[in-house]
Order: sequence, then structure tokens, then C-alpha cells
Amino acid sequence: MASPEVGISAYELHKSYPAGHTAPRVQALDGLSVEVEAGTIFGLLGPNGAGKSTTVKILSTLSRAESGIAEVAGIDVARHPERVRRVIGFVAQKPVTDPMDTGRENLVLAGRLQGMSRRDAAARAAELLTRFSLGESADRLVKTYSGGMARKLDVALGLMNRPQVLFLDEPTTGLDPEARAELWAELEAMAELERMTVLLTTHYLEEADRLAGRIAIVDHGRVVVTGSPEELKDGLHGDAVIVELADAADAPDALPLLARIPGLGDVLVEGRVLRGRAASGAGALPQVLAALDGARLSVASATVARPSLDDVYLRHTGHSYSEGAHS
Amino acid sequence: MTTITAPVVHTGLLTARQLRAFLRNPAYLLINLVQPIIWLLLFGQLFKAVVNIPGFGGGPDYLTFLTPGIVMMMALFGSAWAGTTYIQDMERGVMDRLLTSPTSRGGLIVATMLYQAVLTVIQTLVVLGVAWLAGARFDGGAAGILVLLLSAVLLTFVFAAFSDAIALLARQQTALIAISQLISFPLMFLSSAIMDTKLSPDWVGNVARFNPVEWAVAAGRGAMQAAPDWAGVWGHLGLLAGLVVVMTALATAAFRAYQRSV
Repeated sequence: MASPEVGISAYELHKSYPAGHTAPRVQALDGLSVEVEAGTIFGLLGPNGAGKSTTVKILSTLSRAESGIAEVAGIDVARHPERVRRVIGFVAQKPVTDPMDTGRENLVLAGRLQGMSRRDAAARAAELLTRFSLGESADRLVKTYSGGMARKLDVALGLMNRPQVLFLDEPTTGLDPEARAELWAELEAMAELERMTVLLTTHYLEEADRLAGRIAIVDHGRVVVTGSPEELKDGLHGDAVIVELADAADAPDALPLLARIPGLGDVLVEGRVLRGRAASGAGALPQVLAALDGARLSVASATVARPSLDDVYLRHTGHSYSEGAHS
Repeated sequence: MTTITAPVVHTGLLTARQLRAFLRNPAYLLINLVQPIIWLLLFGQLFKAVVNIPGFGGGPDYLTFLTPGIVMMMALFGSAWAGTTYIQDMERGVMDRLLTSPTSRGGLIVATMLYQAVLTVIQTLVVLGVAWLAGARFDGGAAGILVLLLSAVLLTFVFAAFSDAIALLARQQTALIAISQLISFPLMFLSSAIMDTKLSPDWVGNVARFNPVEWAVAAGRGAMQAAPDWAGVWGHLGLLAGLVVVMTALATAAFRAYQRSV
């Protein structure tokens, strides 16, 4: 069997930005490599500043890498940016609509700039407005749209030219939970209807888990691990055991006690929270509590959880997701 | 669509987008119409007596002398804001979307130039109408008015392209405010827009020879005379046209600088 077609490939991308007159340059990408099979949804997951948006900007021809090779739909982005631009859709992190045009005008203009005829652009715009349930607001100015409606129109703009590769940079950031859930459903339906490759960046673990067939966790400008969400979770072998101490000062004493418990591995400490992994979390927990009690260290809470992407993230970056997101 | 016609089509589509936004903001339309009238009548009253200064070479009626100057002043002040559209597009993701699509870079620049030119033509016609009602008379006839419009449009092109380039390089609205304050005002006063430079110190006249605002004022005012010095008029128009080409090329090249910064 022939190897599956490659939608996006990036190899050893480097990119830095000036940080000020005296500060050293910020290394946004530090050898990032990623490969996406054509026709699939791929999630780039990581906190703000990890390098996700920079990757999307290079792949969509907006920005250039200092070194490395990237191809989109088989076209080299550095050598033939104008050819890449004909086959991609780009939905930036910021709104990509013109607020002083109507929804329909935004779509038709985008289609015509992509080279569609007036008639094709009008037909495609009408189709997308209906599909994204924006038909009733089609001829209202976008500045009157709610955040959720405007974001759906952003995605529709990216789809106007029936792209082979669609870039969605943090599509649901800033939306309320209801609008986010609605957009997720729209994106799932879109993936069914249009055969294309989608590169989705997100800092929501839940979003990557739900939408992406495969994900890559990005940290400090590099991909630290790639796989399907299930593979990554299975790779953790067992349950997470999480103990919150009453006093953070006890953490250095607690860590060696937990590390000594048979069957409990990967023990890490963050503030007053200790985490470990065990084949059977329910079996390990009583031993953990007994060891801490024996040393007179008081426990505020204890939890056993099935592995989540948060645990995958912790395992591969050495810091928990919420901590990384704030750094 | 072939690659030859695409930039033309894109220019048309993007100009139409800006005109739609303009027509949807009636307050902006009103300001654009009222502003030139205020300037014309204010300056016309304020400096009415300069025609009595010995050596003033601009004819017996100050309003007639002033009108082409106010036209160019409006063209200059209006076009200095052309880059505002880009700032707004950059603050949203619109610019990034356009640049990752096959949208013509030249088309993006020329569209803002054409849009500003439409505003300049509207304002020029209003200024001419009000000046006529206030008693100014122009001997150059229809040909004079057409050349005045052409001069104003060329001046608009120069500064709209300049404003676009600044917007792409600085990416901040404050930079555009700086141009209008630091560049537009001196350029206007270092010309014969409101005062005959023969009455100013020699250095002002010398500087004015290199000032595109002066080229436009001289061409427009020259063409509205009873017996225009056509060689002088076309010479100034030629200089303006050359500068339009240079500025448009520079502004289009500024997209590369913008893309390096994102």
C-alpha cells in the first residue's frame, strides 16, 4: 500500500523575534518538525508563546522561517508562496472579518480575491451562510454580530475557496462555553463535508481531544510528542494519583516518601500538589495516605483520575498545563 | 482570471469595499464636506487683506487665489490618513488573511489611493462651489477645473501611498497622527497655498520648489488663470506623476517589511 498523502510537512523550523534593543532575541521556533496526513484534522497543542501561531504563520506564507523546510499540499512555502496561497484557507487568532461589511459582502469579496467569478462567489457564500446558520444575519453588518456568530463567519471565510489545507489558529479562544460547543459541532460537520487537511492550534486540551485525529504537543518552539489523543493517553500506563498537601512546606519531605512506594512512578511536585502514576490508582492511594500520615504530613485532598491530555502534557513537558499557560 | 487582469479586478473590489464603509458612516461624510467649507471661509476672511500688500502677485481677489490652496490642503490632510484602513485591518486579522490569499499587493495600495481620490474630488467640487457662491471667479473655465482636479488627485495619490507605507512600517495609528502633524502642516505652509511665496523669505520659496504640495498648488492655480502657462503646469504635473510612481512602488515594497515583522 502506498504511504498516505502528506497534507503538511515541516522539518526543523527555526524562527526568532527581536525582544528589544538590549534583550536577546526570543526563540519562537527551535527546530519544530511536524507531518500531517492529507484529509485529517491535526491539533497543535500548547500554551501561549509555545510557537503554535508562529508555525501557522510560516505554513500560511505570512511569515518566513529562518531555516528549515515546509511544504503545504506538496508546495514549498518559501519558494512558491503565491501557489500555496491559492490552495489554503487562513483563519487567524484575531477576527478576520471587516466589521463595516455585511457577512455576505465579506464572503463574496474573499471569494473574488481568490479568483472566483461573481456568480461562483455568490453561490458559495450563500451555501456557507446556510451551513453555519448565518442566513438570517447574512445582510447585516458584521459589527452587529455576537462573538460566536463572528467566529463562525471567520471560519466560513477560510472555506470560501474550497481550500486543500485550512489553518485554524485558536478558533474558539474568547468564546463563551456555549458558543464554543456550537463551533465545535460546526467544525466536526465541516470536516465531514469538505475533504481537506486542517491544522488546528489550541490551548484547550478538551478541544484537541474532541476535534483532532492526531495531536502534537508544542513546548518552547519544539514538538515534544505526537500521536492520537488515545495513543498519548495509553502511553501513560495507568492512573494519575494526585495528592494536595495542607502545607506547601511539607512537599520536600513528602516527595521521597511517595517515590519509595512500590508501583507508583513519575512522581512530581508542584507547589503543594504531588502527582504520580500507578497501574492501579485505587490500590496505590491507601499506601500514599498511610506514608504521609506516618510522617505526620497533613493532606488536604487526594484524587485518582484516568489519564487525560493534561497528564500527557505534564509527562512530556515537565510542567502542568495550567502552569505552562500562565508562564 | 489571468494574472494580468487580477490586480485590476482586486483594485476595483477593494476600492468598492472602502467606499461602502464610507457611505455607511454619514457622520464621516458630513465632516468631509463641512471641513473644507470651514477652512475656505475662515482663511478667506482671516487673510483677506494680503492682496493689498505691495508685491502680492496673486491677483486682486484673495478668495480666488486661496481656493486652489485650500483644495490641495484638503487633499494633503485627507490622504495623510489613508493608512488608517490598514491599521484597522492589522488590528484585526483582516490584513493577515488578505496577505495569505492571492490578493494583489499593488491592488491593496492602489485601492486606498483611489478611495482617497474619490474623497478629494468630492471635496474639491464642494470647495469650488462654495468659493463661487462667496464671490470667487475663475477664468480658466472647464479645462482649468479639470487640471485642478488632476493636480489634487495626483497629490492625493502621493500622500495616500506615503501614508500606507508608514502604516505598514510603523503599524500604529499614532504614526499616522505624527505624519499629519509633523509633515502635512509644514508642507502646507512651505508652499504658496495660502500666501504668495514672493512675499515670504527667500528660503521659503527655495524649499517650496521641492515641495509636492507647491507643485500641485502651482499646477492647479496656474491652470485656472485666463491665460495659463501650460508648460509650467504640465511640468509640475509631470513631477507629481513621477512621485506617484515612486511612492506607489515604495508602499508596495513595504508589505515585505510588514511580513518580516509578523
